[in-house]
Amino acid sequence: MANSLLNLDLVSISDLNKTQILSILARAEQLKRQPQPNLLRGKVIASCFFEASTRTRLSFETAVQRLGGQLIGFADANNTSGKKGETLSDSIQMISRYADALIMRHPREGAARLAAEISRVPVINGGDGANQHPSQTLLDLFSIFECRGQLEGVKVAFVGDLKYGRTVHSLAQALALFGAQLFFVAPSSLGMPDYLIEELNEKNIKWQRLDSLEQAIDSAEFLYMTRIQKERLDPTEYMHIASQYILRAQHLEQASPKLRVLHPLPRVDEIQPEVDQMPQAYYFQQAENGLYARQALLSLILGATEE
Amino acid sequence: MHHLQVEAIANGTVIDHIPAGKGLKIIHRLQLKHKDIRLTIGLNLPSNAMQHKDLIKINDLQLTPEKAAEFALFAPDATINVISHYRVTQKYRMQKPEQLRGLFQCPNTNCITRFEPIASWFAVKQADNQLKLRCQYCERSFSEDLFQ
Repeated sequence: MANSLLNLDLVSISDLNKTQILSILARAEQLKRQPQPNLLRGKVIASCFFEASTRTRLSFETAVQRLGGQLIGFADANNTSGKKGETLSDSIQMISRYADALIMRHPREGAARLAAEISRVPVINGGDGANQHPSQTLLDLFSIFECRGQLEGVKVAFVGDLKYGRTVHSLAQALALFGAQLFFVAPSSLGMPDYLIEELNEKNIKWQRLDSLEQAIDSAEFLYMTRIQKERLDPTEYMHIASQYILRAQHLEQASPKLRVLHPLPRVDEIQPEVDQMPQAYYFQQAENGLYARQALLSLILGATEE
Repeated sequence: MHHLQVEAIANGTVIDHIPAGKGLKIIHRLQLKHKDIRLTIGLNLPSNAMQHKDLIKINDLQLTPEKAAEFALFAPDATINVISHYRVTQKYRMQKPEQLRGLFQCPNTNCITRFEPIASWFAVKQADNQLKLRCQYCERSFSEDLFQ
């Protein structure tokens, strides 16, 4: 079958159709089972982090190295010509002449789309401001796929800050392709944005607002926890509200052992450390899956086939 | 019958049925693109259909439907008359544009278009009774009111 991901720019999760997503997940599963240390041999990947990142950068860079590729790049915009006043457009013109693909994170929304327009080689968005972070969505989908064997009709509850969390928005959009049933548990001031609710309605996706974490645990197969940032609420409101969105081990004692708790990380206190020992905790495996999802993405975009 | 108190033009375009108060917005846009353009404007003219309307006569510039569509946010129901030798040679209703490039700054203050030497670019969508502009870079959608 032809690889429709070859040389594709991945800026937004909406750049991918259902078939492309499933082919990435299938490749991720293969690579997790059977490592391919020479798949990217001879390829040079530019890792351009104009904004600091821990998980995304390390897992992308590990993915390249585990596939035998070479890395160039920077982890901090202070070490680039941008500091001297060079435009992003010029930086991308130059870097894209050196590398076979470009992984990029940037603090401004739309930076990855601009880079994709300019670059001669595929651009993979590692996060552009508050906009998109598609490889996070792929690893979230892979984690669900791995636990459940398929994505169709999955029941996912999103908990916490659903207004500002880009991972929540992109995952909800992607799950809509698979007829998922979605539940939202959030303070009223941090609910899902209207434009996303409209999108879900247009696609006839079943969704429901729930009042409590307990209801979400009873209703969903996956609990997607997010962090409520203190600065989003006034201090008194935060004290009253945040505690309602903290997951504790006792919440899970009566829950289905098949329930899985996901979190894009970093967590602060919204998942108490005692939860790590519960059978439902899956967020560290999810973070590990970032490695396989990103390996899959890189190998398909670069057209690297198994030996 | 109302007699308009502005002179006829030999060649150019007349934009009619502009909502009263929006004519100057269109003039401003026209002048940004065509620095030396000669214009005649009528403000708050009586109109049977609209009660009051604005009207713009543009000398020596014949607007195509695509070019005129740039003003659709200000005058969605305008009528465009293309004039050659004092005669109306083409008459059409304003079309809704599919895209708008380089016309408005993106309202998102953290959008990359505000920091790089590139033109803004919006996809235009009809949502209920109003237009929505979606920035092709930062992917945010804005209601038309923000641009008026």
